[in-house]
Amino acid sequence: MIKIAIASGKGGTGKTFISTNLFHTLSKNNNYRVTIVDCDAEAPNAVAFFESEIVRETEVTQQVPVINTDICTFCGKCHEYCNYNAIFILPPMKIIEVIEDLCHDCGACRVACKFGAITEKSVSLGQVTTFAVNGKPSLIEARINIGVMSPVTVIKSAIRQIDNQSDIAILDSPPGTSCPFVQTSASADYVILVTEPTPFGLSDLKQSVETLRIINKPFGVIINRAGLGNDSVKEYLNSENITLLLEIPFNKKIAVLYSNGKLVSEANEKFSEQLLSVFETIFKDHGNSSN
Amino acid sequence: MEIAVISGKGGTGKSSVSAAFATLNKKVILADCDVDAGNLYLLFDPSVEEEEVYIAGHKAVIDYSKCTNCQICKDYCRFDAISLNNNKIVISEISCDGCFLCSRICLENAIKMIPNDKSRMYSGSFRNGKMVYGRLAPGEENSGKLVNMVRNKAKILSEKFNLKTIIIDGPPGIGCPVISSITGVDKVVIVTEPTISGLHDMQRALDIVHKFSLKAYVIINKYDLNSSMSSEIQKWCKTHGVIVAGKLVFDRNMIEAMVHGKSITEYNPELKISIKMIKILNKILNH
Repeated sequence: MIKIAIASGKGGTGKTFISTNLFHTLSKNNNYRVTIVDCDAEAPNAVAFFESEIVRETEVTQQVPVINTDICTFCGKCHEYCNYNAIFILPPMKIIEVIEDLCHDCGACRVACKFGAITEKSVSLGQVTTFAVNGKPSLIEARINIGVMSPVTVIKSAIRQIDNQSDIAILDSPPGTSCPFVQTSASADYVILVTEPTPFGLSDLKQSVETLRIINKPFGVIINRAGLGNDSVKEYLNSENITLLLEIPFNKKIAVLYSNGKLVSEANEKFSEQLLSVFETIFKDHGNSSN
Repeated sequence: MEIAVISGKGGTGKSSVSAAFATLNKKVILADCDVDAGNLYLLFDPSVEEEEVYIAGHKAVIDYSKCTNCQICKDYCRFDAISLNNNKIVISEISCDGCFLCSRICLENAIKMIPNDKSRMYSGSFRNGKMVYGRLAPGEENSGKLVNMVRNKAKILSEKFNLKTIIIDGPPGIGCPVISSITGVDKVVIVTEPTISGLHDMQRALDIVHKFSLKAYVIINKYDLNSSMSSEIQKWCKTHGVIVAGKLVFDRNMIEAMVHGKSITEYNPELKISIKMIKILNKILNH
């Protein structure tokens, strides 16, 4: 299996646009079993582009501590061990509270407590849902609950649910260059960075490149909405010797199709062929990885 | 007054709206809270008057001269960050959450916690007031703590220089950094676009805004790219009691302004879109 992450530092450059159309293009080709994973757990949208039905939904949970105040001696050791300020304690008043939103599920407080006053309970972080597209269970969506701080656990859980039988997995990454992006990219064999030819696009692209070089992932770039803005992104790619995989010109027709939740690769055969050739280029060089 | 601009979906035009807010007549404090991929410094080229280090958590590192390979740390780590590779304990920097547990339970004291100290907060002046922004080092956990640091600095500058309006440019999504960007503000502006994703993510953003009982105003950007979807968004907002402050057309001048390092209203205040933008922003300010 080859896993390809579609990412970008800047939001709204076309990650989901590329992911969904690439998925559609590759699925049409009956040689491949393709899975798409929507890793943008804060704002997942990929499912809107397909007629689909839910096959399976799993709740993603984390453990949070429960403190038995009958046993607790208010020694403060758990508070000291917690590196996330998730345990609030006022020993003279005999008050101890768990701030569940801040808990990272590391288990340190349980280790700290020598009196057995801490047990744990599960709380929900979100859901991983598998959808069937054209009858095949091939779309996995990560979605966090409103108010949950970090999407990382739910993203990891979604990626783990990819069927081993898949030949290709497309990971639609969350925006940015921090933890959620790194977690998504780290599990991929190759990363496609989608950018737009504007100063904002360039600045965020540079940051993404810097991050991918640190974690040592091969990557290439798709410039979306080419023709708007300026040439600085292309100049940067040239000077850094970064592969330009594809340029997609700005076109109101594409924007309108996308806005209605339609696939451009369905309406436009040429675009579909271009995506296929991007995939084949990547597959030729990176298809035999064991990630 | 603190006004935060967010969107749920990325790329709807948050920063362009924030930039316009920041360059209306009155001088302001501008806080770029998209610490992961902030861009307003490109438009405003602020002077750096202060720089502060932000410690973005810690990473566990093994001292192999002390490690006896007992593997206790591996059993305790809940982040699957510790594994055995060629009979050697290895800690994955990517998976390590920095919880300190392994360093605490190691019998040989062989694990050190190293602070991630590459992230920064900057503050200084720009042409219409003071600006604060953060720079999270690549790959660091975007926990919202740097956002809090930026907002606190913005408040200090607001009092010091008697600039009453703080404009917060928020990050995309609805997670921790967004929550940190909006808690306690007076008004939240949600910039959306007429796409299925825009509508869905606006709804998610409104859920989080309402969870914190904040006042929301929606701006539909590039509304003419899909007028019927725009009407749908307006209709949805109406039935859910959400104020739509206004609609902006798709105008290439928005990108030209960015290329020229200006907000749309600075770039050309005579443009229809600039006039509309000013009208919408004043409506939100004075509501």
